[in-house]
Amino acid sequence: MSVLASVRDLAVAYRRDGPLALQGIDLDIMPGERLAIIGESGSGKSTLALAIAGLLPAGAVQEGRIGWPGLARAPLGGRDIGFVFQDPAGSLDPVMPVGRQVAEVARAHLGLSWRQAQERARELLARVRLPEPDAIRHAFPHQLSGGQKQRVAIAAAIAARPKLLIADEATSALDTIVQAEIVALIRQLVAEDGMTLLFISHDIALASELADRIAVFRAGRIVEIGATAAIVTRPAQAYTRALLDAHIGLDAAPLFSSERPHA
Amino acid sequence: MHEPLLAVSGLTKTFRRGGKAVPAVEDVGFAIMPGETLALAGPSGSGKSTIARLLLRLVEPDSGNIRFEGADWLALRGGALRSRRARLQMVFQDPNAAFNPRATVARVLDDPLRIHSIAPRSERPRRIAGLLERVGLPAGLAARTVHELSGGQRQRVAIARAIATKPSLIVLDEAVSALDVSVRGQILELLLALQREERIAYLFISHDLGLVRAFAHRLILLEGGRIAEQGDARAVVDAPRSAVGRALVAAAPKLVAGQERP
Repeated sequence: MSVLASVRDLAVAYRRDGPLALQGIDLDIMPGERLAIIGESGSGKSTLALAIAGLLPAGAVQEGRIGWPGLARAPLGGRDIGFVFQDPAGSLDPVMPVGRQVAEVARAHLGLSWRQAQERARELLARVRLPEPDAIRHAFPHQLSGGQKQRVAIAAAIAARPKLLIADEATSALDTIVQAEIVALIRQLVAEDGMTLLFISHDIALASELADRIAVFRAGRIVEIGATAAIVTRPAQAYTRALLDAHIGLDAAPLFSSERPHA
Repeated sequence: MHEPLLAVSGLTKTFRRGGKAVPAVEDVGFAIMPGETLALAGPSGSGKSTIARLLLRLVEPDSGNIRFEGADWLALRGGALRSRRARLQMVFQDPNAAFNPRATVARVLDDPLRIHSIAPRSERPRRIAGLLERVGLPAGLAARTVHELSGGQRQRVAIARAIATKPSLIVLDEAVSALDVSVRGQILELLLALQREERIAYLFISHDLGLVRAFAHRLILLEGGRIAEQGDARAVVDAPRSAVGRALVAAAPKLVAGQERP
């Protein structure tokens, strides 16, 4: 199977002579896989997402290579790569109805007429399971809940039928129940459209529920990468083990001493 | 039988938004014993943070009673409220938003000591050094500004500020949610040590049921401003009876070995 994207010896600094946010990154993204990038703050996981999407800010310095053997040409942001950010309010225009924002993506990248693009937006809003898509497409972002806004952002991200969907902490600002719904939605959309998923998260448990492979990042480098089962059950690196141990699951032992304070 | 530290009954608050009445908290009652951790969990909009703001008197309820350390908490006004307020502190999720970023750590910790007349000026530098030591920070940090600190260090300063006034109850509103997991463990240890040694009670607001089950003695699950279910934290999470409890347990991320790709 040919590789979708191949990252070779990638290094990124946000300013010339600044500290390296990423260094020595070698990574192949396989078509159709769900790859999770996990790490703590400062690990470089979001920098990797931005570099792959070509969204690094002006002034950032990038060395190494990101190749796209799985595409016939250099990728177009928004067309070949859909991006969902942590804060949906930041990626949506506050003064444009949400249906129009989704339609703009479809029109710009798929060469649709305005009427066709509007129809595609309506389909997409239904596909991301927004209630009453006919009515909600006239709503402005501030009239929607956080989860609904993230559904709109996902509809816009997949509007041009991208090969690669990047979700960067896309559920971190949502409560647990809405997070689970959005993760289920992403899983379904990726499967139905045969998209490749790059899922960036600080939460190794959440990543394990969704990903085929997990890459663990720390301080700008890859600690280890492997199949989810291997990373979760037989991590090769002590740092990965520490992240797994720090997860407080529903079966974790109590942290407090067992005597009750008022017993 | 001890008196509860905090006893809340019939607490109700309705907000008005665009002429519409939006009930935020409806007929909520609970008690917290000295040295106990009570968790409030529930989806966004379930009323967790409104309850915290009502306890802190940042908003006034429509009806209900709050007794704190034996006094009618809602009847306190002016100087009486200010002096008692020292006993009820709060630590927020985002310590950035809770501090003046250009203030030094020493200034952040000097304020409560001065405002609540905890220590005379000459004694305050020694108290500040003591507080920093108590939360595991080097004394040299006192001269640094808050924005120079890491997230974990900032949350330790927020805890030092909260304990400066010797509170009996601290509201922890998603206080460890934004921290890296490696730092989170250290902050939880610190909170538990403070509770053990000084019998501080916590009202622990979180949406993370695994964390709540491990950290809290008792748990209240909220939905739509009402109590859906309450009890021993482990008993509730292990066998939730309410629909929202079952939904929260089902939605909690779980470490799974995953499926290898075909």
